[in-house]
Amino acid sequence: MSMDVKTVAKVASLARIRVESDELDKYSRELSGILKWIEMLDNVNTDSVEPLANVANIELKQREDVVSDGNYQQAVLKNAPESLQGYFAVPKVIE
Amino acid sequence: MAYLIRGETGDWEMVIGLEVHAQITANSKLFSGSATDFGSEANTQVSFVDAAMPGMLPVLNQYCVEQAVRTGLGLNAAVNKYSVFERKNYFYPDLPQGYQISQFLHPIVGKGVVEIDLPDGTTKEIGITRLHMEQDAGKSVHDMHPKKSFVDLNRSGSALMEIVSEPDIRSPEEATAYITKLRMILRYLGTCDGNMDEGSMRCDVNLSMRKPGAPFGTRCEIKNVNSIKAVQMAIDYEAQRQIEVLENGGVIKQETRLWDPAKGETRSMRSKEEAHDYRYFPDPDLLPLTLTDELIARIKATLPELPDEKKHRFMGDYGLSLYDAGVLIAERERADFFESAAKGRDAKLCANWVLNELLGRLNKDGKTLSDSPVSAENLGGLIDRIADNTISGRIAKDVFAEMMDSGTTADSIIDAKGLKQVTDTGAIEAVIDSVMAENPQMVADYRGGKDKLFGFFVGQVMKKSGGKANPAAVNDLLKSKLDG
Amino acid sequence: MTELTNLTISEALAKLGKKEISATELTQAHITAIEKNRHLNAFITETPDIALSMAKASDERYAKGTAGALEGIPLGIKDLFCTKGTRTTAASNILNNFVPQYESTVTSKFWKDGALMLGKLNLDEFAMGSANTTSHFGNVLNPWKRNNGDTTDLVPGGSSGGSSAAVAARMVMGATGTDTGGSIRQPAAFCGISGIKPTYGRCSRWGVVAFASSLDQAGVFARNVEDCATLLQSCAGHDPMDSTSANLPVPDFKALLTGSVKGMKIGIPKEYRMDGTPEEIIKIWDQGIEWMKDAGAEIVNVSLPHTEYALPTYYIIAPAECSSNLARYDGVRYGLRVEGENLIDQYERTRAAGFGNEVKRRIMIGTYVLSAGYYDAYYVKAQKLRRLIYNDFMNAFEKVDALLTPTAPSAAFGIGENEDDPIKMYLNDVFTVPCSLAGLPGMSVPAGVDSLGLPLGLQIIGKPWDEVTVFNVSRAIERAANFTAMPATVVSKAA
Repeated sequence: MSMDVKTVAKVASLARIRVESDELDKYSRELSGILKWIEMLDNVNTDSVEPLANVANIELKQREDVVSDGNYQQAVLKNAPESLQGYFAVPKVIE
Repeated sequence: MAYLIRGETGDWEMVIGLEVHAQITANSKLFSGSATDFGSEANTQVSFVDAAMPGMLPVLNQYCVEQAVRTGLGLNAAVNKYSVFERKNYFYPDLPQGYQISQFLHPIVGKGVVEIDLPDGTTKEIGITRLHMEQDAGKSVHDMHPKKSFVDLNRSGSALMEIVSEPDIRSPEEATAYITKLRMILRYLGTCDGNMDEGSMRCDVNLSMRKPGAPFGTRCEIKNVNSIKAVQMAIDYEAQRQIEVLENGGVIKQETRLWDPAKGETRSMRSKEEAHDYRYFPDPDLLPLTLTDELIARIKATLPELPDEKKHRFMGDYGLSLYDAGVLIAERERADFFESAAKGRDAKLCANWVLNELLGRLNKDGKTLSDSPVSAENLGGLIDRIADNTISGRIAKDVFAEMMDSGTTADSIIDAKGLKQVTDTGAIEAVIDSVMAENPQMVADYRGGKDKLFGFFVGQVMKKSGGKANPAAVNDLLKSKLDG
Repeated sequence: MTELTNLTISEALAKLGKKEISATELTQAHITAIEKNRHLNAFITETPDIALSMAKASDERYAKGTAGALEGIPLGIKDLFCTKGTRTTAASNILNNFVPQYESTVTSKFWKDGALMLGKLNLDEFAMGSANTTSHFGNVLNPWKRNNGDTTDLVPGGSSGGSSAAVAARMVMGATGTDTGGSIRQPAAFCGISGIKPTYGRCSRWGVVAFASSLDQAGVFARNVEDCATLLQSCAGHDPMDSTSANLPVPDFKALLTGSVKGMKIGIPKEYRMDGTPEEIIKIWDQGIEWMKDAGAEIVNVSLPHTEYALPTYYIIAPAECSSNLARYDGVRYGLRVEGENLIDQYERTRAAGFGNEVKRRIMIGTYVLSAGYYDAYYVKAQKLRRLIYNDFMNAFEKVDALLTPTAPSAAFGIGENEDDPIKMYLNDVFTVPCSLAGLPGMSVPAGVDSLGLPLGLQIIGKPWDEVTVFNVSRAIERAANFTAMPATVVSKAA
């Protein structure tokens, strides 16, 4: 599978990364090269193989339902590019 | 009876499925230890995990898992011993991680069923497709600044259950009944407070139209339908809209639409459509969730009696009508109140007092059962005094009003005000004699055949006795004196 | 007297304990070394004041007799570990000014044991790279030079290039690293030092900026195996805040470090003898095999049949996870923000300006392989291959106690080489990635130098949770190799 410029543009939009029109070709070439290389996996028949998502061979950890964190508004907002009245501020969202 | 809408080309039938997001009742969030209280100052109930700071990791809240299992069991559903948390990827300012941790291919609860009660007294089964756990988003506030939206992450990461119904619903009434019953079950289970005003329960409506008997049509998903009334209005609006499109030769586009409660209409959310590729994949920060049979059995053993069971028991054990039983079980607290008041007493009489007097008065006072000045025990005490003829039903109403004002017991009011009913025949006869002496003409008229005057004499005797005379005794004695 | 910066951690701890030297002196010597080696660009943020104040506290604890296991040892911290109050950048413009309000579990454990922080070390942006050439804060130079008069600046390896360069150049006594596909082992090999990536789940990931969560694992660098064991002892262990951290006891690595491999079975995977691998790499590997035999180990030829698929598998899984892990950098709550016409425009401009090319490439590949219609063909396929690769190792470990392989397919190369094609760079990790996919402990130790005098490393891979064997085999190689070569910077300083 190759990634044409249209696909690159769509993927960039999904990933919320602005790609200038003169960069599309370069990305298309590079990403297509990587995809082509990746596709050597098609040489392996994996029909009867269970996918492996994580090698950690342990039970999922669970915690008690107690309030043990939070309540430090200033620390949460400390690195905010813009905060007003205790909120994070962003350009107005119109739905 | 099918609910059909008459269009220009004939009858149309609605096909509705509901997705209800219910906030799980828990002290802390699904994957972090911050609090979940409603209405706190912005960004105070936020940990570094909830704000998706770099390097922060989720750890699952065990109680939320139990709550989801409890809900699944309460919905007569299959609990899956293996479930997987996946990431649903999309960008939005109130979604700090850039993904929502949810369950997709392997939800914690599978198929179940809810029995709904319809206004005509019939019931219907609505299938549950699945229930899965997920994180709530934060909140964007758009009206605090002319050019900015404000983001509050207090709700971010709170635990939700998304409960998806089968497309079994066929009318706005059924939709209402479904939500009402679902809410009742969740509140009985204690897994969600069902508070739609505070957003603890939110609803998305999937709706399509078809000619009766035809295959399903293309559906639209309506978001932001956050009250029972809105559900009805959104369904009515969207059904009409789709019929118009279809009857004018158009086709329904599968899309997400937004319910605008101010304008009373649904409209297309194009922004949502363009980026509709959520790229679900198993969250590598979490491992699959496995439940043991022991855990499921333990939760099952602690399930409370659910609304439908309780309703049938009230009808069978107490001889209540379907309607009365239905009203009493609508809230678990109400049913419990009734049962503790009715214990060892005349259940029907208790039901009447709870339904007509107590709930009526609380409603008038803008109070709920939990802040009722009259406890179940004290209401029972009042009913005991009626049963043992200490006071009449009419006096009881006055005593009850006094109890609502003062919060004291019936006995103390009866004693203090000397309301104990007079059953001493001698005393009652004396009153009757004096009434008859004061009204010779009336006595003559009655004896002359004006039977209706009997009521006049009863009234006079009761008045003269300050309402305390036992009405049955008054009747008997008066009759024998007048007739004699 | 031996120069303080040439001491090993064990030696320094002994001298500190006997009060022959103070933590403040030791720290000051390293601060001076850092200043002298600034041209290597190993640090993103130097924290001499913090180091000296921590050193003072260490000296007080030595005086009071309450010294911790690493009391007074100056360390460098890869700038992927969040440090409370000290800027943490992940070498990215998007976190240029980010000051965490929390401390990672790994660094907390070090500070609790008395170690102190000299600063935050450079790396490839978000740990994505194999040469430390993708950092927003510039390339890191390898302290080693070719000995043939060629003055080309060489890469220190990546992604933990600042860590390996700083340890090799004697700027720090040890350093933290993270390893997702080889980011500790390959730079250790390129800089002639030791580095271990423990079993996935051994060290907490809490507070470590995530790249690929199912692969990321913290580890350590030092100039010998014993020091690595000492450092790992301090930072390993269960963390209830990391759901993938294992609740297992941590063995006493140092006490169990005998260096004996007598009677051990050492596996040699035949698939690692790849076409095109330089002769010198094969030669050092064969040498390692001889050393093992000499030390009394039994050499067993094993097969890991799916080895050739490990890299493409990795380059699906790691980008997929990274595309999601890096979605949080949106300019809303922290980090860079570039204003735009509206919110979406702001996101897109912020992320375009905030991420470098390699990071963008991986986000886009990852986004693509997870997108509708491609998920099964790429992502699920890769997870299945991961299972096969994992099974290969498990089968091999039924016959052997550890595996011995080269660490990297070449010695350190020049800056700018392998940059024309992303895949060329990816191939650097051909020997390290399979072990990462299987979550196994892996260590690189220096085994010798090539014909240009550059260090070459050998990799030891162990069974899950068996770092003890990994350390012992590594110690045996170290003893046999008797690696004494020094990087150019250190030699010239001594002269």
